[in-house]
Amino acid sequence: MPDTTNSTVKDQEATTLDAVAAVTPAQRDAPRSLWNDAWHDLRRKPIFYVSSLLILFLIVISLWPSLMTSTSPYACDLSKSQLGPTGGHPFGFDTQGCDVYARTIYGARASVAVGIFTTLGATILGSVLGGLAGFYGGWWDAILSRISDIFFGIPILLGGVVFLSVIKGGSITTVVAFMVLLGWPQIARIARGAVITAKQQDYVQAARALGASSGRMLLRHIAPNALAPVIVVATIALGTYISLEATLSFLGVGLKPPTVSWGIDISQASTMIRNAPHMLLWPAGALSITVLAFIMLGDAVRDALDPKLR
Amino acid sequence: MRGAKSATMVIGAIAIALTATACGGGSSSSGAEDGVVRAWWGDPQNPLEPANTNEVNGGKVLDMIFSDLKEYDPKNSQAYLAAADSITSTDQQTFTIKVKPGLKFSDGTPVTASSFVDAWNYGALLTNAQKDASFFGNIEGYSQVHPDKGQPTAKTMSGLKVVDNLTFTVKLTQKFSAWPDSLGYKAFAPLPKSFFTDHAKWLQQPVGNGPYKIVSYSKGQSMKLVPNPYYTGAEKPKNKGVLLKVYTDENTAYADLQAGQLDVDDSIPASDIPHVKNDMAGRYQNLPAGINQAITFPLNQKTWGAKGMEKVRQGISMAIDRASITQKIFQGTRTPATDFTSPVLGSAGGYSTDICGDVCKYDPAKAKELIKEGGGIPGGKFTISYNADTGSHKEWVDAVCNSINNALGTQACLGNPVGTFADFRNQITQKQMINPFRAGWQMDYPLIDDFLQPLWGTGASSNDSQYANPDFDKLISQAEAEPDKAKSVALYQQAEKLLVNDMPSIPLWYQNGGVAWSDRVSNVTENPFSYPVFYNITVK
Amino acid sequence: MGRYVIRRLLQMVPVFLGTTLLIFVMVYALGDPVAAMFGDRAPDPATAAMIRHQLYLDHPLWQQYLHYMGQILQGDFGTAFDGQPVTQLMSSAFPVTLRLTLVAFAIEGIFGIALGLLAGMRRGRFADTGVLGFTLLMISIPVFVTGYLLQYFVAVKWQLANPAVADGAPFGDLILPGIVLAGVSLAYVARLTRTSVAENSRADYIRTAVAKGMPRRRVVTTHLLRNSLIPVVTFLGTDIGNLMAGAVVTERIFNVKGVGFQLYQGILRQNPPTVVGFVTVLVLVFLAANLLVDLLYAVLDPRIRYA
Repeated sequence: MPDTTNSTVKDQEATTLDAVAAVTPAQRDAPRSLWNDAWHDLRRKPIFYVSSLLILFLIVISLWPSLMTSTSPYACDLSKSQLGPTGGHPFGFDTQGCDVYARTIYGARASVAVGIFTTLGATILGSVLGGLAGFYGGWWDAILSRISDIFFGIPILLGGVVFLSVIKGGSITTVVAFMVLLGWPQIARIARGAVITAKQQDYVQAARALGASSGRMLLRHIAPNALAPVIVVATIALGTYISLEATLSFLGVGLKPPTVSWGIDISQASTMIRNAPHMLLWPAGALSITVLAFIMLGDAVRDALDPKLR
Repeated sequence: MRGAKSATMVIGAIAIALTATACGGGSSSSGAEDGVVRAWWGDPQNPLEPANTNEVNGGKVLDMIFSDLKEYDPKNSQAYLAAADSITSTDQQTFTIKVKPGLKFSDGTPVTASSFVDAWNYGALLTNAQKDASFFGNIEGYSQVHPDKGQPTAKTMSGLKVVDNLTFTVKLTQKFSAWPDSLGYKAFAPLPKSFFTDHAKWLQQPVGNGPYKIVSYSKGQSMKLVPNPYYTGAEKPKNKGVLLKVYTDENTAYADLQAGQLDVDDSIPASDIPHVKNDMAGRYQNLPAGINQAITFPLNQKTWGAKGMEKVRQGISMAIDRASITQKIFQGTRTPATDFTSPVLGSAGGYSTDICGDVCKYDPAKAKELIKEGGGIPGGKFTISYNADTGSHKEWVDAVCNSINNALGTQACLGNPVGTFADFRNQITQKQMINPFRAGWQMDYPLIDDFLQPLWGTGASSNDSQYANPDFDKLISQAEAEPDKAKSVALYQQAEKLLVNDMPSIPLWYQNGGVAWSDRVSNVTENPFSYPVFYNITVK
Repeated sequence: MGRYVIRRLLQMVPVFLGTTLLIFVMVYALGDPVAAMFGDRAPDPATAAMIRHQLYLDHPLWQQYLHYMGQILQGDFGTAFDGQPVTQLMSSAFPVTLRLTLVAFAIEGIFGIALGLLAGMRRGRFADTGVLGFTLLMISIPVFVTGYLLQYFVAVKWQLANPAVADGAPFGDLILPGIVLAGVSLAYVARLTRTSVAENSRADYIRTAVAKGMPRRRVVTTHLLRNSLIPVVTFLGTDIGNLMAGAVVTERIFNVKGVGFQLYQGILRQNPPTVVGFVTVLVLVFLAANLLVDLLYAVLDPRIRYA
């Protein structure tokens, strides 16, 4: 008999068959899919809870800003222009004499909405188009790649100016639509690259040899494994979209009043760093925290989804 | 091995791209050249022809390289004879102009009567598409060279006659006694023969008869000027030259000024004005310029142009707290307006501190009352349109709207940014503006006529509001024909009072010109056009 | 491979046509540019009509487009409204932007990959968290804020660099704007590299190489980096285009007279020749960059073959 004093296999599990019988109940269930596995993994990460709570908090503020403040962001008194924090107004005032705290709270809605919806739109559109291009290759790939090249070529300023004047832009919907049009080529390219790499893995060839249809291969084998780079880029992209909203305001082609957004406030405050840093600090801080929350969530999801990272 | 070959191909391609970028980059020198003043500049929008320039960037250069028949004293805006020996008239309609003898362009050719006549004919001729052509509009014969429709029937204006080498006569279509004082406007500059014989070459390096001459011009980047050796007038440069540097962002220019890379900056960003005096250790100046800002109403719209609406317009004017806004938003670089002209005119020239009276003073209670009397704001809400791409108008428009809203107690006013200046002007000129819009006026020459006639005369060239008042037109014609200056000014001011009653536009504030300079230069001031007086600047 | 390259070059033609048409239509949609040439004054109708006629603006859109394309085939890219030929504008602007892009590209490539490698190999430890935090900061601050902040502190306060880039764009002046421009992309590259490296460092062939006794440095460079770099290379390739056209903000802040500046002027003044000219060349640059990236794929990963 082999010496079992130091091994982890207990006496009664001297044979492999017995070892199988002794697995823990949780592991004895029917084999789980990748997604179930991921969810189970996600639930055990503290970062997931922290970021989700933060995001939930942001969504609550976006939907019901009056819960956090009773001051209106439109009540502006020019005599208080650029004053620092005082009683009742913890963040101070901006150039027009509006309360920075109120504007930061109310600004969450526009910025968060733009970020979330743009990411959703660009990711869905980009992954579908790019994934199909990568999977089918050939003419599909060529056409889709060239179309995305054309979109890549449109300068953001030109597109923004056209949108603002022709489509009378400035509302959240038009800005989101514009940013989706700008953003999908980048996601498409990443998705295409990831699908091409995944397509040539051995397990995919094996599935094909076993007779799996294209649809099944795409959904069950390629997509989950091509997803990781797309998710990495998408979560960072969400952050950049919220940042991009600020840059569009800086260029003069972003959201318009009476919409209140962090982008509008940050672009106005960026040249006032010397006089009134509080005007920049709070909206920029809020933006950073939002981006942080989404990226943390994205990291947790990506780690849970990627079997190679266990 | 296949991989290695592809790798070399790829690396080769990258190397080619790298070398492509190595050429085209020149040496840099923003280091200071001895005696040369480095100044801020913006890119002129149009070619640098005198009759084709209507904005400050081109205007600044023309100011340096041309000397007109008359020039304006930088301290008091008075017109004095410069290239002209005399300008006389017996009937305020035909003028005899004698050019000073011995004047030369910077290429050595002489300045003659033909230099002026040929230049003015060129500017007026329709096929040359010069944007300032309308300035020749009151010379007889203009309608033949510049018809409203169709092709010109003549190449020269019949009202311009060359008498001898240094004398020419000008016949106007109607009396205008102050016309000679408008001749300092750079559209009236003389042009050398080389302008006509080799136009393309002239455009690359314009030649004029002013205190400076251009030695190098890199479009969109910079321009170098040195004193014109042939210049004999009163504006002799006290420095060795000027280097104009184009900046796309005024914040960058200010950073360069602080770092000692720029000597004169006349475009200080609004956010830096509170501390510019400190930063520059006092080397900052803020003086009135012939610029005013207003909010104009589209009177062709039934809503705003209806009878009785002048009370609403006056009420809105009284709801704007000009003092607060000029203090908080502009740090005192603007002065609340009290009339439709500008302080640079001086009271002798027609500037008044009380013509607008109570209508330009902040009185929220009266404002509310007047607006109600007039029938209320059309639809209860209105917007103020402005162009979002340049000029940083967003802040003051928002402040004005906030002031109005606070006075009325409702969210009646909202700023409306338009993407480009081109789009903004299109909407105005095609009469598509439904709501009020911002308007600014920079004087062409320091005469009260220039502040009134082009803006409010019926069908006048810059009448954006479509204001049409025959009484106003009559008074203006009388004022133009009146030879006595004091009487003439009184007539102009009577016309102005009509504007206060009708309020086609709300005068907001007069704009000052601000300039800051490094410790390398001294003697820096601005003239009433808010150009730095370059020829006076001395370099350590 | 040669046939693949030729196919791709041929495909550039429809992209070129599609882009020029799209941009032309977009600038046309902005409206008539003539009114703005007169500044705050109303244009004299006769002069305005003459200018429109001279600029071919009094023809319908499709005729203007055909006229413009005809001129391009003869090598004439038209003129900007201030009289300068667009080709002259391009020859002064493109080298400048290319230099700035190269500087930014080098910064984001070198530092991004280095940081990502560091974080990926030390996953879960302090270096990893540090890199993640740093990249987060770079992403969450908009580009113009970092631009103004860096310009103020580094150039004005501490006088370590020039606030504005001198004419001709010497490489020394371009370092500060390059850092600003590369910022967000650096974050992307670092994170992508980190993910890729972390994935691959657990792969079997790495364990084999280590077990074989290969020196650690050789394992990293020969095996780990080469396989991890594929998504990174994809991103870097797409980023060239981003950097060039997106530099409009950085160019404004640091006074770089590059493509961004010219495009900005062209768009504001609604001048189709300038805008279409610049964008067309930009698109051709993207296409070339993409082609290079695709070819690099094949170099890095021999499993990928192009018919």
